Amino acid sequence: MTGSVLFDSPGPRTVLRHRLYTVLTGLAVLAAVVGLVLFLDSKGELAYGKWEQFVTPKYIRALLVDGLLKTLQMAFTSVIFAVIFGVVFGVGKLSDHRPVRWLCTLVVEFFRAVPVLLLMIFVFFSWGVGDGFGAYWSVVIALTLYNGSVLAEVFRAGVLAVPKGQAEAAYAIGMRKTQVMTLVLLPQAVKIMLPAIISQCVVALKDTSLGYYITAPGLTYIGKAMWTEFSGTHLQTAIVLAFLYIAVNLVLTVVATWLQKRFVGERKQLDVGMTALTVTGEMRQGGAGQIL
Amino acid sequence: MDDVFSHFDLVLKAFWLTIQLAVLSGLTAMVLGTALAAMRVGPIAVLRGVASTYVTLVRNTPLLVICIFVFFAAPNLGVLTGTPFLVKGVVAVGLYTAAFVAEALRSGVNAVDLGQAEAARAVGMTFGQNMRHVVLPQAFRASVPPLASTLIAMTKNTSVVAVFGLMEATARMRYFVNRNADDTIAIFIVFAIGYIILVELISLAAVGLERRWKAAR
Repeated sequence: MTGSVLFDSPGPRTVLRHRLYTVLTGLAVLAAVVGLVLFLDSKGELAYGKWEQFVTPKYIRALLVDGLLKTLQMAFTSVIFAVIFGVVFGVGKLSDHRPVRWLCTLVVEFFRAVPVLLLMIFVFFSWGVGDGFGAYWSVVIALTLYNGSVLAEVFRAGVLAVPKGQAEAAYAIGMRKTQVMTLVLLPQAVKIMLPAIISQCVVALKDTSLGYYITAPGLTYIGKAMWTEFSGTHLQTAIVLAFLYIAVNLVLTVVATWLQKRFVGERKQLDVGMTALTVTGEMRQGGAGQIL
Repeated sequence: MDDVFSHFDLVLKAFWLTIQLAVLSGLTAMVLGTALAAMRVGPIAVLRGVASTYVTLVRNTPLLVICIFVFFAAPNLGVLTGTPFLVKGVVAVGLYTAAFVAEALRSGVNAVDLGQAEAARAVGMTFGQNMRHVVLPQAFRASVPPLASTLIAMTKNTSVVAVFGLMEATARMRYFVNRNADDTIAIFIVFAIGYIILVELISLAAVGLERRWKAAR
């Protein structure tokens, strides 16, 4: 472990000792895994009959098309709207006019502090039911408001991260305020924001699962239909659902990391995690990666 | 609107359940998350692998799916069958949040500069002294902001157990909304304010701690 702040580089005896620990814990982990598999087997959970539907084309199609595709659609639609929302309110929070600034701050803080599910239920029962726009758009609207206000904060941080001299130079050559924002600050802020936007896709994707409560389409909806049809297959269905979410999210994480390297360089990622806080700018140091 | 205020005890009861869920899940997540973080920064490669696998898998799974494991799949296997719903909720939210707590704590350790540990060794501190006086105090302080945002997100996440039959604040809002279809906005604002108060309390505590513990850098 060279390069760790917690340990010195180990000498030969410590290296040997660590190897011993590694073997012992390795055996313990192996025993735990084997135990779990045996336990599941004794309960009959590994029987082919309980997994058959997941290799049947009809159900695979239902999972991928009615489940995964709908989930992705909901997530990406809401992220696109969230980016627009974020840019509008992020610029609003930077406005020179106090009422505009306060109004935007109020909106952003409000939607960040309220649970997405609460928002979703509210939107659905207020305007989604009956002749309303339905569960699909209720999920999209709730996710847009939440992710949009997170992105507003990210966007604001992105604008503030552009060196001050650039705006000054732009004013000096006679640009107006709008021009400085749209031609100088905004493009650079969006570039810095890109990885954060992709990370926010992971959050949106996970949150679409909440549509389950208001019977919106998507993976969890299909999952429920499947364990209703094949009773007693909750475990298998949950494992398949988790696998699909994890696979897509890992791809998104890889894309975000690549964009980070490509556009932002080795600089620390704009901290989306920190923006969950409602208080001051002081809290925006340190790093926890994505928000829950 | 009158319905909410004439039954305000139900609102308070629902938030009391939310607070219980948040406190118990928070404690579970802190214990488990600290263990995971220790495994991830420790010298044993297998444990590092186990902890980072856990963090990667759990972080990328929706809380709702984890709840399906805890509330539906586990009882099918004869695990957690007679357990109260509150405990199941705590297990689900705790297991989920632990992954994020582990990341927050690890980021704290990473925030300490390697040069400081080297300097501590250079002036003759033992490993224990180095940990006690140099590394860990700074790591804890640096973890406060990310930990606070993790706990805030967790408090909001307790709402997910509403889906699984716990009458906490979010489920209670749905109950009121069902009964008073004309007043949804007012009811929503009442419950939103409840959550905002909880969130603000956590962030105020965090800001206070951060001020008190501010490390000179």
